[in-house]
Amino acid sequence: MSDFMGWLSEPFRHEFMQRALFGCALIGFTNGCLSTFIVLRRLALMADALAHSLLPGLAVAILLFGLAPAGLFAGALVAALIVAGGTQLISHSSRIKEDTSLGLLFACAFSLGLVLLSLSPVHVEIQHYLFGNILGLANGDLWIIYAISLVVLPLLIALERPLFLMMFEPSIAASQGIRIGALNYLLIGALVLSMISSLQAVGVILALGMLIAPAATIYLFSDSFTTLFWGGGLLGMLSSCLGLVVSYWLNLPSGACIVLLMGAIFLAALLFSPRYGVLARFFRKRHMHDQSLARWQGDAAER
Amino acid sequence: MSSHRLEIRDLTVSYHRIPAVHHVNLELRCGNCIALLGPNGAGKTSFFKALVGLVKPETGSVSLGGHGRLHHDIVYLPQRENVDWDFPVTVRGLAQMGRYTRLGWWRRFGAKDHEAVDRALATMELSGLAHRQISALSGGQQQRAFLARALAQEAHVMLLDEPFTGLDRPAQALLAHAMQRIVDAGNLVIASHHDLKTVPELFQQVIFLNGELIAFGDTAATFTEANIDKAYGTQAFAGAHRHHHHA
Repeated sequence: MSDFMGWLSEPFRHEFMQRALFGCALIGFTNGCLSTFIVLRRLALMADALAHSLLPGLAVAILLFGLAPAGLFAGALVAALIVAGGTQLISHSSRIKEDTSLGLLFACAFSLGLVLLSLSPVHVEIQHYLFGNILGLANGDLWIIYAISLVVLPLLIALERPLFLMMFEPSIAASQGIRIGALNYLLIGALVLSMISSLQAVGVILALGMLIAPAATIYLFSDSFTTLFWGGGLLGMLSSCLGLVVSYWLNLPSGACIVLLMGAIFLAALLFSPRYGVLARFFRKRHMHDQSLARWQGDAAER
Repeated sequence: MSSHRLEIRDLTVSYHRIPAVHHVNLELRCGNCIALLGPNGAGKTSFFKALVGLVKPETGSVSLGGHGRLHHDIVYLPQRENVDWDFPVTVRGLAQMGRYTRLGWWRRFGAKDHEAVDRALATMELSGLAHRQISALSGGQQQRAFLARALAQEAHVMLLDEPFTGLDRPAQALLAHAMQRIVDAGNLVIASHHDLKTVPELFQQVIFLNGELIAFGDTAATFTEANIDKAYGTQAFAGAHRHHHHA
C-alpha cells in the first residue's frame, strides 16, 4: 500500500509535475463535463474539425505577437469563429451541405496554418500543437486554464435544464420558448474555449479524446443525464491525473498516455458494462424472449 | 366538459415565402379529440408549428380562451421516429421535463412537482414503468410517456404528429383510451392522422385541410365521402371496389 502511495506521490516532488497535475485535473474535469453535450448532441466530428482549424489563428498570432498566451488565445478564438461562421454561411447560401463545407474549410484552415508557420521567424514545433506539452506548463497557461474552467463550468451548470431539453428534443424545446440557436452557439463557444485551454497541455488532437471519451464511457453505464455530466467530469479528471503518473514512470509522452488510458477505460466499459456492454448484450440474448413476453404481458395487464 | 376554446383567426403560414396554409378560421372547443386530415403537403405540420409558435404566422392569430397563449399551454409532440430513444432518460425523467417548462431554469423541483409527475404517470398508466429507460418501451407506451410529459406540464392543448403510426390495433386502442382520459379532463387533443379507416373509432371531430380549410365538424356529420374527395382531390377512401391512396 505504501509502495502504491509512493508511486502516486513521488512524481509530484517536482514542481513541473505539480503544475501538470493542476492543469490535468482542471482540463480533465471541464472537458469531461462538456463531453456529455458532445456525445449527446453528436458534435464529435464538429469538434474534430474545430480542433484543426485553430492552427492558422495560432500561426497568425505567433507571427504578430510571438508566443504570448493572450495572443495565442485570441488567434485561436478568431480562427474557430471564422471556420464555424464560414461553414454556416456556405451551407445556408448554397446547395453544399454543412458536413461538406466544414470538412473542406478545416482542411484548408489547417493547411493555411502550416504555410503560415513555415514563414514564422520563431521555430514552432507542430508536434506541440498536436500533442501538447503538459510538462512545460507556465503560470500564464495555468491562469488561462483556470479562467476558462471558471467560465465554462458555471455556464453549463446554470443552463443545465434548457440544454437538457434542447438535446433531447429541439423542436419541443423551441416550441416552449427555449432559444435553440443561441444555446447552440453557446455550446460551440464553450467547446472552442475548452479546446484552447487544452491546447498547451495535451494538444488539440488529444484534447478531442478528453472531450469525447469520458461521457461516452459513462453513457454505457447510466440512464441519467446528471450522472453523465458529473460522472464524465470526475472520470475525465481522475483518468487525466492517473495518465500523468503512468507517463512519468514509464517515461512516455504524457498527453498520449492520458488519452490512451481513457481509451482503455472506454474499451473495458464497452465490453463489460452490465447494462449496455457488448458481453452483457451477448449473454442477454437468450433472455430476449422473456423480455418481450414481459412487455407483452405488461401491455395486456393494462387492457 | 370544458368551456375553453382554441380560437384560430385568419391563419396563414408560409415557408420560404410560399404559403402552406391559407386563411384558416377555426374555433375548437376543448374537451374534444380531433383528427387533422389531409394529403401529404396539405400543410398539417405547418399548421401545428404555427399553433405552437415554432413558425411565425404570415397573417392571423391563435388564442386560447381569449387570453392570448402561453408556451406552457400548447404542447407539440413530434413523430416517434424523430426522437432519440437512446437518450439517457427514464420514463419518469421524461415526465419531469414537463415541469421544467413551468419551473424555469433554476427553481427547485419540489413536492408539488413530484406529485404532478406521479399523477401524470398514473393517468397514462405508466407508474409501473417509471424507471425504465425510454427505449425499453413499446411504441404505444412511448407515445403515452410523451403525453405524460404534457400532462405534467399541465398543458391544455396537445398537438400530436401521427401518434398512431406503426402501432398495432390493440396498442392503438390503448392509446386512444389514454387520449380519451386526457380529453375527459377538459383538454383539447388534435392529432394528424393518415389511416382514414380508423378515423370514426378514434376521433370525435375531424378537420380536413389541404392548403386551406376544407371542412370541420363532428365525425358523424363531417367525415363524408364528399369531404374526403374534396380534401384529397381523389377518391381516397378505402372502399372495397376502389383503389386505396394513402396520404
